Amino acid sequence: MEYEIVIGMEIHVELGTKTKIFCSCPTEFGQDENTHTCPVCLGMPGVLPVLNEKVVEYATRAGLALNCEIAHFSKMDRKNYFYPDLPKAYQTSQFDLPICTGGAVGIEVDGVKKDIGITRIHIEEDAGKLLHESADGTLLDVNRCGVPLIEIVTEPDLRSAEEARAFAEKVRNILEYTGVSDCKMEQGSMRFDVNLSIREKGTEVLGTRTEMKNLNSFRALIRAVQYESKRQIIELKKGREIIQETRKWDDTKGVSSSLRSKEEAHDYRYFPEPDLVPIVLEPSYIERIKSKLPELPEAKKKRYVEEYKLPEYDAGVLTTTGVTARFFEEAVALYNEPKQISNWMMVEIPPLLKENEQSMETITITPALLVELLKLVRDKVISGTSGKEVLKEMFVSGKNAGDIVKEQGLAQMSDTGELEAIIEKIVADNPKSVEDIGAGNEKAYGFLTGQVMKATKGKANAQVANEIIRAVVARHLA
Amino acid sequence: MSLTREDVTYVANLARLEFSEDEVTALADQLGAVLDYAETLSGLDTSHIKATEHVLAVQNVFREDEIKSCLTNEEALANAPESEAGCFKVPRVME
Repeated sequence: MEYEIVIGMEIHVELGTKTKIFCSCPTEFGQDENTHTCPVCLGMPGVLPVLNEKVVEYATRAGLALNCEIAHFSKMDRKNYFYPDLPKAYQTSQFDLPICTGGAVGIEVDGVKKDIGITRIHIEEDAGKLLHESADGTLLDVNRCGVPLIEIVTEPDLRSAEEARAFAEKVRNILEYTGVSDCKMEQGSMRFDVNLSIREKGTEVLGTRTEMKNLNSFRALIRAVQYESKRQIIELKKGREIIQETRKWDDTKGVSSSLRSKEEAHDYRYFPEPDLVPIVLEPSYIERIKSKLPELPEAKKKRYVEEYKLPEYDAGVLTTTGVTARFFEEAVALYNEPKQISNWMMVEIPPLLKENEQSMETITITPALLVELLKLVRDKVISGTSGKEVLKEMFVSGKNAGDIVKEQGLAQMSDTGELEAIIEKIVADNPKSVEDIGAGNEKAYGFLTGQVMKATKGKANAQVANEIIRAVVARHLA
Repeated sequence: MSLTREDVTYVANLARLEFSEDEVTALADQLGAVLDYAETLSGLDTSHIKATEHVLAVQNVFREDEIKSCLTNEEALANAPESEAGCFKVPRVME
């Protein structure tokens, strides 16, 4: 029997507002414990929450970017549960009338394109952080209580770990572009829950599902899906039933295990939040936010192919994140050689970022500095090989390309007389290569070029050198 | 009676309340009576009335996204029955 994996995801994303969802405490990450609190987020009796207008704006923006319908009327509800990460003993969330419904995101895996449906997006508050370091109790930090979240819920449209990853990356990409969240997974700004079940391929009915919560990296997401799908298939093959439960993913051990403490069925007893009034959004408000949406990755990618004549692959890489796309666009505005810029950004820059512990967010090379270097290469002042060395030096010293070329004497050797002398000697020293060429082996030219580059420490103008090599070899063969 | 003893025990558990057998019986009676009384509303024809999504007729009350001062760590923890290392301390939660 052939099995099919069915996955639905819930993605929690912290919104990048300055303050919390219902009070004016800052949302800043990494502060001392319990220093960003007030009576509202501490859940003191008698306090009244007031909704942050930016939360509504960001949720609307995220919804539009993910092709959702924005609700004209939505409201907040209380989700009741006992867990000390929320001092109020309930989470303010949205139940039956969320702010966004019915979206879709297109993904592509192994050349196959498909749309992943988004059931809904609702706004809610984040919970506090429990620290388990006390000898005889659990410690609570309330700083994160009330940090605004959107929860994106998908249809069970995903069929593999690769699809789950592609979808999660696409969502992060889009949200990062729209600026509603920094999407920093290492800070918990984006977390994934996975609902997974197995069914016989070709059948419609869904199998019993398990849920894994708070996967906080793409790697954890992929591995958790792979492990859990394999586990369920093995259970089914053994004729066992899948138990509907929440499972904990242990990323260190690479296994999921049952959370028996949560066996009792959840009954959140949702009811409308009496302290917060409904959110009513007029079409004009929604239109205004829509008109301010930035160009999204998909559209940008298409434009790069059409406008800059870039291969689809390049366009895809350059639009992966907003910062990368911005860097590229600034460079192209200064220097209209999109493919050359693309090559350097995709091939040369990434390893240097890694080497210098930088990222596209923190890169010290500006688009203008890169362009200056690329012009030197285009004008053949320096060879491409030297260009790479110069770029490396630019990262380390922060100097501009022109200065580095001068200091290190990297300017190309285009003086034919000087080159001819070197080439004459190399050709004379390598009669075997000349013989090979005579026998029709064109590859031997490459060897000779390599020798010339070695002799000139990469400074020979490759084009000029090649012309001379061909002339000299022809003479030797004549 | 509209409420069973099982219903009472279930709701009590959700609310983390403990009752004796007698209390469960009494509550089933009393809460059942309340629910039965509320049930009289079902006798009304509400087909022409818009569903009530929220009890208040007010909408869109927002605040600007501006940071205001917070409590200090000491103030935040002032009412905590137990605290440690700048945190609220609660009975151990099993992960």
